[in-house]
Amino acid sequence: MVAVKETVEQVKELDVDQYKYGFSTDLEVDKAPKGLSEDIVRFISAKKGEPEWMLEWRLDAYRRWLTMTEPNWARVHYPKIDFNDSYYYAAPKKNAAPKTLDEVDPAILDAYKKLGIPLREQEILAGVQTSKVAVDAVFDSVSVVTTFKEELKKAGVIFCSISEAIKEHPELVRKYLGSVVPVTDNYYATLNCAVFTDGSFVYIPEGVRCPMELSTYFRINEKNTGQFERTLIIAEKGSYVSYLEGCTAPQRDENQLHAAVVELVTMDDAEIKYSTVQNWYPGDADGKGGIYNFVTKRGDCRGANSKISWTQVETGSAITWKYPSCILRGDNSRGEFYSIAVSNGMQQVDSGTKMIHLGKNTTSRIISKGISAGRSQNTYRGQVSAHRKASNARNFTNCDSLLIGEQCGAHTVPYLESKNASAVFEHEATTSKISEEQMFYCRQRGLSAEEATALIVNGFVKDVLQQLPMEFAVEAQKLISISLEGSVG
Amino acid sequence: MLEIRNLHVAIEDGSKKILNGLDLTIHNGEVAAIMGPNGSGKSTLSYVIAGKPDYEILDGEILLDGENLLEMEADARAAAGVFLAFQYPLEIPGVATMTFLKAAMNAQSRARGEGELKTPDFMRRVKLGAEKLGIPQEMLRRGLNVGFSGGEKKRMEILQMALLEPSIGILDETDSGLDIDALKIVSEGVNALRSADRSFLVITHYQRLLNYIVPDTVHVMSKGRIVKTGGKELALELEANGYADYVSDVAA
Repeated sequence: MVAVKETVEQVKELDVDQYKYGFSTDLEVDKAPKGLSEDIVRFISAKKGEPEWMLEWRLDAYRRWLTMTEPNWARVHYPKIDFNDSYYYAAPKKNAAPKTLDEVDPAILDAYKKLGIPLREQEILAGVQTSKVAVDAVFDSVSVVTTFKEELKKAGVIFCSISEAIKEHPELVRKYLGSVVPVTDNYYATLNCAVFTDGSFVYIPEGVRCPMELSTYFRINEKNTGQFERTLIIAEKGSYVSYLEGCTAPQRDENQLHAAVVELVTMDDAEIKYSTVQNWYPGDADGKGGIYNFVTKRGDCRGANSKISWTQVETGSAITWKYPSCILRGDNSRGEFYSIAVSNGMQQVDSGTKMIHLGKNTTSRIISKGISAGRSQNTYRGQVSAHRKASNARNFTNCDSLLIGEQCGAHTVPYLESKNASAVFEHEATTSKISEEQMFYCRQRGLSAEEATALIVNGFVKDVLQQLPMEFAVEAQKLISISLEGSVG
Repeated sequence: MLEIRNLHVAIEDGSKKILNGLDLTIHNGEVAAIMGPNGSGKSTLSYVIAGKPDYEILDGEILLDGENLLEMEADARAAAGVFLAFQYPLEIPGVATMTFLKAAMNAQSRARGEGELKTPDFMRRVKLGAEKLGIPQEMLRRGLNVGFSGGEKKRMEILQMALLEPSIGILDETDSGLDIDALKIVSEGVNALRSADRSFLVITHYQRLLNYIVPDTVHVMSKGRIVKTGGKELALELEANGYADYVSDVAA
């Protein structure tokens, strides 16, 4: 198997430290003063040159946030976060507002190149990638460049940073921002509303099938800086878009906060396929450093026959707290959640989904594969509910956990709630270990311990990997194996 | 040539000794059968040769063409030419049989410093081997051994042996759970692999298998040792008289 071979070779090339995106880039940065206050919120809004309504929206969120308390129901443990001990805005200085790639600091382009993300369109076209992917590159608090904008514009697709959208398409942003995840949804989402810095905006007009994959690549570079990404995707009637986000960060000893909000809206017969490959720095083997990934992602199937599909491969972060969800409002709408969550070392994952069935004949499907190794804890938490009017709602949930080694844990916490007698929910769950017998069998055939583990794990996650766009499936497979490096002895 | 000298083995936690000074030599091209009652240590012997980690080697050595197998990990032994056809082949869900076969073949050729197989060559060899064993192509696309019948699993073991071309093939009760038709197919598969530079160790309870895979030597095992060695006629004698003579000899 080619991918397995590549995986193994890649694993071999790695140093003792497994995280290969841990480099940092030296740049002059423009930072907000440390800490969080109304002034900081004003500072961010001013830096972005935002209109008054946006500032008011942020300030309102900030004031509400002050009255809220941090949720503690997830199965994760961490010291109390001092929100005043962090920077909320950091932007590369030379990159005030680049019009073209030539104006972008070469150091940043280099950083993305190292990450394997080509930003020059001619390189993408000449490169090895089989299909074109448009990229929005977000570096700390700002979007540095968005590729293929012109070509997308011809198709009527808007793909730009959220900062640009606030200025260029205020009518769309005002209509949809906060309409899926309300300002006061939860502690981290509210914080995000106050201090979000950048992220992507996508608008697909009626009847348009987006001509290429869209993706955003988030990079945290600065020390002591939180990243608050905000993404909004709107698919009008009968449209389709496939979108992918990737994330990495340098290796740092202190924890950094990433609190994102992603909102998706689909109108009648529209479809959004949203894929994530999350590889934030996970901390070292003893749990020092790493990103706190506290994320609110939600899609609203507002129109009839619409569909939202979440696929996530979560390998990074010290703590992951994330439940990409679907509100199935339109009749016959469909929500899907496919997840691979890998935890190793001291990582903690509490992730899953919510499928809220409101409309008639709505269907949802949840396939979750959790892999725990090292001393990590991996929890699937999922809610499926059917509203009184959700006649014939259907859900199928399959939730499998694989344990590698003796010191890790896997937990499954499903919440099911049906207020309609015709709703049918199915839930399957398994927990298994890579058995000594399986390992011996593979090794008797000539596979090394790493190869055998990679093969067994790839088999375990196959159903979910198949949901990813092709180019990313291979990457994700490699990433999973790298994340598990050192988990077999 | 496989040489086992004075092999003493206990279960890893030291609770039970299973092999007690076992000696056995199998020459190139030889088919050796090991027979013996339940609990005599036959399967343990096959696992210890192949390098299963659950055992503690107290004394002795196992040499394959002069190389000390006991110093190697299981995958290195496989690359050196040891193949074990499991009594209970393991299931690997989600890993297509074809994928597994290719990963194993490439791993071994890499370990031997040889180049990897080209995909068309690989496909041709698998197709040919599968046809001989009556394995439908569809099975090769399914997860390895997942949902296979007992007979299908055993045929898959023989296919793997044919593709991996070991210098010694160990068959651990390959006949168990096979009906007569499957037994014939499997035996023909093994016989086709017999050659002057490949030897076999056939572990079985029953003489029946040896009608199809005719051994050069037959060894009787009891309480972790070889207690009697003879030609193929010894199997017939055992079939007629049982193990009682040999088992009590050792006990006395």
